[in-house]
Amino acid sequence: MRFRKLSLEQKNRYYGIYFILPWLIGFLFLFLVPLIASFRYSLSNLQVTNEGFTLNHIGWSNYREALLSHESYLRTLTGSLLNIGVNTPLIVIFSLFFAVLLNQKFRGRILARAIFFLPVILASGIIASIESGDLMQSVVSNASETTGGGLAIMDNLELTVMLVESGMSVTFVEYLTGAVSRIYEIISQSGVQILIFLAGLQSISPSLYEAAKIEGSTGYEAFWKITFPMISPLILTNLVYTIIDSFIRDETSRMIVDTAFQSFDFGLSAAMAWMYFAVIAIVLWVTTAIVSRKVFYQD
Amino acid sequence: MKSEVAAEGQPVKERWLQRKASASYWLEAAKKWSWMIVRFVLIFGISFIIIYPILLKLSIAFKSREDLYDSMVIWVPRALTLENFKLVYQAMNYPAVLLNTLLLSGVVMCLTTLTCVLAGYGFSRIRIRGSGLLFAAVIFTILVPTHTIMVPLYLNFKSFDIFGLFALMRGEPLNLINTYWPFILSAALGMGVKTGLYVYIFRQFFKGIPREIEEAAYVDGANYFATFMRVVLPNAVPAMVTVMLFSFVWQWNDSFFTNMYLNEPKVMSSMMASSAYSIATFLSGGGQAEMARYVQDPFFMSMMMNTSVLMAILPLIILYLFVQRHFVESVERSGLVG
Repeated sequence: MRFRKLSLEQKNRYYGIYFILPWLIGFLFLFLVPLIASFRYSLSNLQVTNEGFTLNHIGWSNYREALLSHESYLRTLTGSLLNIGVNTPLIVIFSLFFAVLLNQKFRGRILARAIFFLPVILASGIIASIESGDLMQSVVSNASETTGGGLAIMDNLELTVMLVESGMSVTFVEYLTGAVSRIYEIISQSGVQILIFLAGLQSISPSLYEAAKIEGSTGYEAFWKITFPMISPLILTNLVYTIIDSFIRDETSRMIVDTAFQSFDFGLSAAMAWMYFAVIAIVLWVTTAIVSRKVFYQD
Repeated sequence: MKSEVAAEGQPVKERWLQRKASASYWLEAAKKWSWMIVRFVLIFGISFIIIYPILLKLSIAFKSREDLYDSMVIWVPRALTLENFKLVYQAMNYPAVLLNTLLLSGVVMCLTTLTCVLAGYGFSRIRIRGSGLLFAAVIFTILVPTHTIMVPLYLNFKSFDIFGLFALMRGEPLNLINTYWPFILSAALGMGVKTGLYVYIFRQFFKGIPREIEEAAYVDGANYFATFMRVVLPNAVPAMVTVMLFSFVWQWNDSFFTNMYLNEPKVMSSMMASSAYSIATFLSGGGQAEMARYVQDPFFMSMMMNTSVLMAILPLIILYLFVQRHFVESVERSGLVG
């Protein structure tokens, strides 16, 4: 009876819960419960038997094993971290640059956009993992390289020497040339980011640019004074997306899967996954804390 | 225009010539042209790098076995052949796998979109205590890597039960591994591949739709659900197209869940990993020595691998050709940016 006294608007407020309900059930039973279970497994020794499984509580020894006595966990984890530290800025800068390019008007823009979003479709999942280290492909590209075909991806040894001799710091030069050699990897990971940036660029009001032009600004100035601040919230979004995405496709996650389904050490695998999650959380927290201070919000 | 020119006493052509004579005009033109060239080179180069692997696969897939050992052949095969495609088609049971994958991706796509559009709308309109916390939970599902909950999920589906109902009826819990139920269940409950992202997209989108539209519907006597179906949903088509495309493609390519839930390669993404071996088995007809001959030839194995990857992504590429324009536009309009 109390329900009747609510006004229509008040009632509508509560109707929202019906819409969330399917998701909420999924969240509880396919996310929260498994998450807690996973934490319990990480503290135990899990034996799969005919009627399900048995758990023996063994404290933190799975964590200890992963950190102190597993032959490659720590090394792989730091490797993935380093990789992400190197790749993430490159991916974000690259995708911003090309989103700006693709946003300009030129002939063949539709075709160029279509090609740039191909990686969204092709470079996820198993295709990417087959891609690397395929014999025939390396044979063909080696052959193209030795025959001096312009098709081979640029060998930038000479450029490196030149840059170092002109007095740039070696680490920086290596970073840059490394980026050039890993260009495929970077492109294949930046499809979604370009899409997000492009959507953001479209939503910047053209009158801002018009006003700037009347005041006599150049395109370069307009980019740094208008485009960059307006798009900065999306830079944060893309940073977070890139970090999560690269964590999901790296070496460590493969190791976690292998530990569970090939050596059937479910407890160890869960412990590895939890530490992995902790590392991701820290990385994300630090990044957002640093970047969000610089982000410009219009409203 | 003409009177203006006449007033200044200069014919149009003369003024134009004068402008051309000035240095700044040429500087501007040079700047414009050089930027155009730089842009063209950049975009062309990157496009090439993106397409390169596909070209490479195409070139490899059309080669015959003789071409593999012919050092003259690098890109263009000497004898164009469809043999590889035929082999993959027969050995992999391609039509059945294609149908399975299409059905699975299609069903998952519909269910995911449905659940996520509901949840996204709910989150954008709900204003009760704790709703902020609930949305934080959505973000949380995006952040937690699937690997963390992989083992419990697997065990869950291995002996699946809803409050002991199945155990009561059948005496033992259901084993859903190697069926499509895990995918359907997690899609219907909004916990499939990257679903947190979809809920987020929908919520951002619905936040951009003014409440006044719904209020107008309430005034006209529509209830909450009718308003959603008749007023809100038709407006959400761009966001829905985006999410449908993403969920279809990501389900198609997903190898993590398919390898975990399915023991046999029934769908494209899990088929690809083992394709070369099954083709070798198919060719040798079960003989050990024969089989070894194929498996030990790395060139042949690699050629088969490339062909089957090509055939697995071919439907996607064809699909993409059709919806590509829609894809780009819908993402721009879906207010992903919010």
